Amino acid sequence: MLTYAIKRTALAALILFVVMLAMYGMVFLVPGDPASVALGPRATPALKAMLTERMGLDQPVAVQIWRFFANAAQGDLGIDVWSKRPVLDQILEAFPQTLLLGTVALSWALTLGITLGVLAVVYRGTMIDRALGLVSVSFISVPSFVVAIYLLLIFAVWLQWLPAIGAGKAGDIPSQIKALILPSIAVGIGWVGYLARMVRASMLEIMAANHIRTARAFGLPERKVVTRYALRLAIVPTISVIAVGLGSILSSAVFVETVFSRPGIGTLITGAVFKRNYPVVMGTVLVTTAFYLLVITCADLLIAKLDPRVRDALAR
Amino acid sequence: MRWPANLRALRALIRDPMGLMGLLLVTLFILMAIAAPLLAPYDPLALDVRAKLQSPSLAHWLGTDQLGRDTLSRIIYGARTALTIALTAIGLAGCIGILLGLIAGYGPRWLDAALVLIFDALNSLPMMMFALALITVLGPGTGTLILVVVLVSIPGYARLIRAQTLSLRSADFIVAEQAIGASTPRILLHHLLPNVFGPLCIVLSMDIPVVIMLEAGLSYLNLGVKPPTPSWGNILYDGYTAIRTSSTLVIAAGAPLVLATLGFTFLGEGLRDALDPRLATARPR
Repeated sequence: MLTYAIKRTALAALILFVVMLAMYGMVFLVPGDPASVALGPRATPALKAMLTERMGLDQPVAVQIWRFFANAAQGDLGIDVWSKRPVLDQILEAFPQTLLLGTVALSWALTLGITLGVLAVVYRGTMIDRALGLVSVSFISVPSFVVAIYLLLIFAVWLQWLPAIGAGKAGDIPSQIKALILPSIAVGIGWVGYLARMVRASMLEIMAANHIRTARAFGLPERKVVTRYALRLAIVPTISVIAVGLGSILSSAVFVETVFSRPGIGTLITGAVFKRNYPVVMGTVLVTTAFYLLVITCADLLIAKLDPRVRDALAR
Repeated sequence: MRWPANLRALRALIRDPMGLMGLLLVTLFILMAIAAPLLAPYDPLALDVRAKLQSPSLAHWLGTDQLGRDTLSRIIYGARTALTIALTAIGLAGCIGILLGLIAGYGPRWLDAALVLIFDALNSLPMMMFALALITVLGPGTGTLILVVVLVSIPGYARLIRAQTLSLRSADFIVAEQAIGASTPRILLHHLLPNVFGPLCIVLSMDIPVVIMLEAGLSYLNLGVKPPTPSWGNILYDGYTAIRTSSTLVIAAGAPLVLATLGFTFLGEGLRDALDPRLATARPR
């Protein structure tokens, strides 16, 4: 287990290194130099020289790369050239908002998704199963930003039940909860469908297993067989699915936060892209990628711990 | 002859109500894209500021936008934009994916290890973040959009082809080819490629709605197709900005996106069930 854990962590670190190198390399892809791109067409030569020096672009490439890694290792992701604030501060301000949105979205999606999946198994082969299948595929394929805009139109503009923009007033918990409802529905809806399908598929596989037949032969009530013996096993694969799906949650958060003008990683990075504010974009990508890698690595380790078959297969 | 098997698959697809609905929707959108100049009642770029933000009427079936442009015409031409970008990007990514997958699966082990590391690194970037980073560097536009799709799709395709190649490289018919002295390109293109192509096609078709969504999403953020070119994402953004004065535009712009992604997903799922039930299911994006 320890060997596997070390291998897995080393791989994640290596991937992060490659990603950082690639991100840094992208600066050199910019047609013209990054300083004039950031400043736009009205830049004077003096201003350009100042920014070039501040961004460290006058140094040899090797020195720049070394500095970038050394600083990043110390948590210094550079200074935002526009607001003159450290990039990391802005990311740390925005990240909890996105994390909150993602967590709430995933929580309700898990509850509803697993319930629908179990229902489909209990009523397998009937009209209910078919209808749930159709609903699941539809939920999966509808884009989150279209859902967000339609929800905004119905509940904020027409009915005026819920706020259209923002994350609620600071310190006012009820207003924050109200502001979270529509965005979390938009982010989570695809997951309801996906989890329902996943749980249904893995439950069907498990329901055919020997221990379920034994449980039934002992005369246990069907309800207990489903919840105690089948569902418990069927949940394990969803852990890795949720971890890997974090990337898609981040993607939908970018759109949904923009639609609802919610503060968060999504609004931070889209705002920075518009201004071609490269330090903020690069910092946000690095932090989200590092976080994503951390989560998938932890999920892999957790699964290996829960399921000895996976562990043995991977240790080899 | 492959025809009978393909006909059987088509029959299985039509018998499945979801598959049939997917087929109909996709055919509709393809027709819309091809025959856009014939179907659109107006020039999608023609301005008429006096007729701005109109509700649906006989003259404008789906109303008009802030600049008085006919929404129906813009949506019809939007199908063209969406399908052109999706097919170009998926086609390019598929070709490069096949090439890299074959190299990784059939080439030396060190090259395989290096390529797999690159695929894993690309795969572990949250897609949207990577797209936004590239757009910052290269500037928004159709070209950047296609490049983004190609770069994020290649790892998945290459991994699929690689796995198939690995399982085939020690098969008897490949060993026999090697024994009679066939060149590596010949083995790759004449013997391995036809065998790994089928499963890839299903995955490619299932990725079309993902690309349509990404194009619309980025165009909605004003980071994709540049206005005034009609794109479903641009129209949706115009509708969003006018959401408090007129809801027609935003409803009309969201509908083709929902129908197209549903149609392509239904068709992809139907095709998969009809051809190869073992491949993975659709994922949320």
